[in-house]
Amino acid sequence: MAEVVFDKASRIYTPGAKPAVDGLDLTVADGDLVVLVGPSGSGKSTALRMLAGLEPIDAGSVRIDGRDVVDVPSKDRDIAMVFQNYALYPSKTVAENMAFPLKMRGMDKEERAQRVRQAADMLGLTEYLDRKPKALSGGQRQRVAMGRAIVREPQVFLMDEPLSNLDAKMRVQTRAQIAEMQNRLAVSTVYVTHDQVEAMTMGDKVAVLADGKLQQYATPPELYDRPINAFVAGFIGSPAMNLLDLPRSSSGVTLGGVEIPLPRDISDAAGSRDKLTVGIRPEDWVLESNDADASSVIKAVVDVVEELGSESYLYAHLAEDTGTTIVVRGPGRVGVRFGDPIAVRPNPEALHVFDAETGQRLP
Amino acid sequence: MAVTTGTPSDTQETAAPPEPRRQKRSAANVWLGVVAWVVGIAFFFPVLWMVLTSFKQETDAYTPTPKIIFEPTLEQYEGVFAAGVGPYLVNSVIATVFSTLFVLLLGIPAAFAVSLRPVKKTQDVLFFFISTKMLPVVAVIVPIYVVVNQIGMLDNIWTLVVLYTGMNLPIAVWMLRSFFLEVPGELLEQASIDGAPLWRTLREIVLPIISPGIFATALICVIFAWNEFFFAVNLTAANAGTMPVFLVGFITSEGLYWAQLSAAATMAALPVVIAGWVAQNKLVQGLSFGAVK
Repeated sequence: MAEVVFDKASRIYTPGAKPAVDGLDLTVADGDLVVLVGPSGSGKSTALRMLAGLEPIDAGSVRIDGRDVVDVPSKDRDIAMVFQNYALYPSKTVAENMAFPLKMRGMDKEERAQRVRQAADMLGLTEYLDRKPKALSGGQRQRVAMGRAIVREPQVFLMDEPLSNLDAKMRVQTRAQIAEMQNRLAVSTVYVTHDQVEAMTMGDKVAVLADGKLQQYATPPELYDRPINAFVAGFIGSPAMNLLDLPRSSSGVTLGGVEIPLPRDISDAAGSRDKLTVGIRPEDWVLESNDADASSVIKAVVDVVEELGSESYLYAHLAEDTGTTIVVRGPGRVGVRFGDPIAVRPNPEALHVFDAETGQRLP
Repeated sequence: MAVTTGTPSDTQETAAPPEPRRQKRSAANVWLGVVAWVVGIAFFFPVLWMVLTSFKQETDAYTPTPKIIFEPTLEQYEGVFAAGVGPYLVNSVIATVFSTLFVLLLGIPAAFAVSLRPVKKTQDVLFFFISTKMLPVVAVIVPIYVVVNQIGMLDNIWTLVVLYTGMNLPIAVWMLRSFFLEVPGELLEQASIDGAPLWRTLREIVLPIISPGIFATALICVIFAWNEFFFAVNLTAANAGTMPVFLVGFITSEGLYWAQLSAAATMAALPVVIAGWVAQNKLVQGLSFGAVK
């Protein structure tokens, strides 16, 4: 049970160069699962490794349960980590792997065996305790790595892309297992992934990182509904939000020759800017009839149709401005094909508007 | 030695059809098989002939038409022992076993350091190691002789142990390094989070993974030490001579006795062949390490 605090923590690989993690401020509340998400090179893994003690903290501090751990070696931080490749000891059996951290802390054999049995029970590994990692499937190995973390009963779990070596089906299954287990044990967890679906489904809170800097730290719905800048807007959501640089018109912006009015508060915040980045999620387009009045709908031509059964995504380019492409969510049986014309209208309630230069949300 | 003994089994693998048999083998394949066999036999035959000769009477060994059928005898081996091979064998074993042990004792930590805990000058250190192999042995024998003479260690087997350790250490560090590099860094990080001290990490986690590599390295050291001749012949005499030294002396004194000479040569070759044969599986595992993971 512990609160984890990153306090302006930085990691600078080469002096003078851009920091890999730049003044990270982040508080993980006790018992929460916080996901660090971002593209590769965003510093999310480095931040986790700083917390683990595998990377030095060059500036600022990191506190676990109120204790500054900058100079504390990994083994004394009371953490357990699950690596992407599981890092199971190949020469040891499953039971020995799980018992190893306990053995290193000098726990007696009886208690060790009991804790391993308990964890194995919980993870369905009991019958594999005598096997070597080589004789296990990917999913089983992943569970052994989890088990080794659990038996330590640490203050914090650290997970570095623990699902990325699993196939798609196992990943969904294990994702739910980890979330369920974390809820049950109520141990603070920091979870790193590049997969925004994992981030949205698992995190109590999600921290989006890019270029070593924290972009936004919020709950998943908040991230989705109110992304703080254009980067977060484009990163969270799949397919990604349509982000279009549009010129201002008298009461809004113009897209494909059609004027899109902006809500009052946004247009006030936009002030005298003559260009805005407007974000429209695929589900925030309304498909209209092709005969609709040309001044109120945007005409586009379909390039690709993705039918997912319950819904479909139409990738299209604008008829007026062929360089601009949009993604539109349609019903499951949308009935259009490559080359078909469509007419769409954005839902004015659901527009996200950003400064075209800085990418900051307006207002 | 290792090359000659390795060839026949290689040839068999090339020539023998894999099970289950493929439908038809092209003519080119058959020819390649034949060539492989011929080359294999050409390499192996002299050795085979030596071994055969060692079991012959001297009269059978030196006939104008070579005798294939003969009454085998151990008389020549008895002769070699009577000529005093015993102490030479013991010396060779001491020099080989101890130098190999020292090489592993010093080389494993060194290889660990240069592969898994690299620092700025690691590349220079590695180059220094290998650079010691660039100077021909002949070029250093005079200073070595003078030093060994001055400290009164001529004709002492421990001199050879030290020299062989020095001779094999650079090769061993380079070889072991390539095996250490295959150990995933995450394992070491996991061990450090788990709280394992360095020596425990090395002993319980790293060494089991690279044990085939250690085996392969040890075998190379054994072969080099066992076969080493130049230091031995220059720095030893009656007390500390090794098998190769004995063999050369034997050729000069008993040069006409082919059968007995063959017996001595077979005895000199045998330990290395046996070591190679015993280590065969581990060796192949070790040399194809990257594929295992």
